Amino acid sequence: MACSKAWTRHVDEKILTEHFGLANLYEIEAYLERGGYRAVTKALQEMTPDGIMDEVKKAGLRGRGGAGFPAGMKWSFVPKTSDKPKYLCVNADEGEPGTFKDRYILTHNPHLLIEGIIIASFSVGIHAAYVYIRGEYEAVAQRLEQALAQAAQKGYLGKSILETGFDLDVFVHRGAGAYICGEETALLESLEGKRGHPRLKPPFPATVGLFQCPTVINNVETLANIPAIIQKGAPWFLDKGLAKDGGTRIFGVSGPVVRPGIYELPVGTSLREIIYTHAGGLKPGKKLKAVIPGGMSAPILKADEIDIKMDFDSLAGVGSMLGSAAVIVIDEATPILDVLKKVAKFYAHESCGQCTPCRIGTSWIHKIIKRMSAGHGEKGDVDELVRLASNIKGKTLCPMGDAASLPVLSLAQKFKNELESCLKDGSG
Amino acid sequence: MIAGLSSELKKKIAEVVARYPKKEAAILPVLHLIQRETGAIGADEERWVAGLLEIRPIKVREVVTFYTMYHQKPVGRFHIQVCSNLPCSLMGGEKVIDHLQRRLGIKIGETTPDQRFTLSEVECLGACEQAPCMMINFDYYGDLTPEKIDGLLKGLD
Ligand SMILES: Cc1cc2nc3c(=O)[nH]c(=O)nc-3n(C[C@H](O)[C@H](O)[C@H](O)COP(=O)(O)O)c2cc1C
Repeated sequence: MACSKAWTRHVDEKILTEHFGLANLYEIEAYLERGGYRAVTKALQEMTPDGIMDEVKKAGLRGRGGAGFPAGMKWSFVPKTSDKPKYLCVNADEGEPGTFKDRYILTHNPHLLIEGIIIASFSVGIHAAYVYIRGEYEAVAQRLEQALAQAAQKGYLGKSILETGFDLDVFVHRGAGAYICGEETALLESLEGKRGHPRLKPPFPATVGLFQCPTVINNVETLANIPAIIQKGAPWFLDKGLAKDGGTRIFGVSGPVVRPGIYELPVGTSLREIIYTHAGGLKPGKKLKAVIPGGMSAPILKADEIDIKMDFDSLAGVGSMLGSAAVIVIDEATPILDVLKKVAKFYAHESCGQCTPCRIGTSWIHKIIKRMSAGHGEKGDVDELVRLASNIKGKTLCPMGDAASLPVLSLAQKFKNELESCLKDGSG
Repeated sequence: MIAGLSSELKKKIAEVVARYPKKEAAILPVLHLIQRETGAIGADEERWVAGLLEIRPIKVREVVTFYTMYHQKPVGRFHIQVCSNLPCSLMGGEKVIDHLQRRLGIKIGETTPDQRFTLSEVECLGACEQAPCMMINFDYYGDLTPEKIDGLLKGLD
């Protein structure tokens, strides 16, 4: 698949997209020429598993899949000794609407991810890793398979890697079209060959995960940061971002901007800068109305709320979330009801059906919005949406309930007047 | 159909099954491989997979009906999956869908009488920088306009 829109200018020092200009970076020879696999060599030959974990903890690397959980801490929850095998699951499901960053890493720089997988597995004592990749990314999966074969051929995977006695096999596992399988416990169920129904937690995957064994689940971008942390050290990485949220993020910008695409920028870059400096602002004649800052599940920000740092804590502070750092730009000409309709349709379609509030609530919300859209909205419909969405939030096994509820709540609250003007006896 | 699985495919399936400590875990990749050859997962395929993975056929049915990428009936030779999610619709996705329906003479969810095209509406395909986008079989096409679509359709044989 073409990945033509990696706009990488304006950025000084990048961690993940540094050599994206190189057309054949996905070939191991080209990757090795750029200093590739040195981090693996250093980690396996000069560092201890605990030493690696400490470095990752100190680097302040927070999960890039959405929840922002500190990676080093997650690894440390896995029991050191276990009579069962331990597993790594790499989350490459990339289903959050607006998100396309992992596709760029997998397509342009698969060996960076493979290095991250090797180092993480060595640190936690894992000998088998599965990369769960969304089914539509068939071409991307093939590229990753090829990169894995090259790495194995050079002795970076398989038995006794670099003659250290450390073994690791990595398998690619394609999903088959289900957003919920990006949720980590649904991913485990799916990988075990079942429907993607999230599990009750606790027990957490760190102790009871894949095939009932201790398991680490990390996003592609999270793991792709590990080689740089090992090579350049935690202080260097932390310094790129903020005190509790180190490194860079790959921001994916979509919607009517001049240059949609991915931008690797320091954690904490302002949303205004991302939209106006990097993505070139809105297309001529368009005016900013609102932004969804972290994938569809993130509560919406109005045009006057974009002077905000893009990091987990800053966005949580204004009631939204950084999520997958997918920035969806919405222009004045787009009715909010249309946005709401897309949001409602998505969650109604993707609810896995296991928990009643989510299954019934999302389709009920969708029905009301379809009615509003057809011009038959009734007085009180907006309040009813708020009531329904509030009754999903916090009442489901997995965070999909919140993901379905929060964007509806934020749209209904922040754009109440516009939405009410669509109702039959509205004032508009 | 199932009796005719090529020996090459059977070898591939055996390789895939060996990647997992439990056979059942191979169901998604095995179904992908079979569907590629048979076009759909019908009752015969379900039973065959159930036998292979040593699970009950209902388990296979659960999986086939849960995941949108498996078809119980074959789709057309060109399966067009067009995104109707937010980033694409902000960039004119609705127009693209209307145009496809008019050009192909079918509605979303339908197949042309000659079995050439099936048109499906899908959620985000993960290519929002190229919105509006769609897939034709496993190939992605982005920055779609009615003209570009006409050119693409003409180029298919
Ligand atoms: C409904 C839902 C969908 C999700 N989809 C994805 C996804 O596509 N990719 C991903 O990496 N994380 C996704 N997540 C987050 C994962 O559950 C999990 O937090 C993440 O994979 C952990 O990795 P990290 O700590 O490296 O971010 C999703 C969560 C929910 C609730």
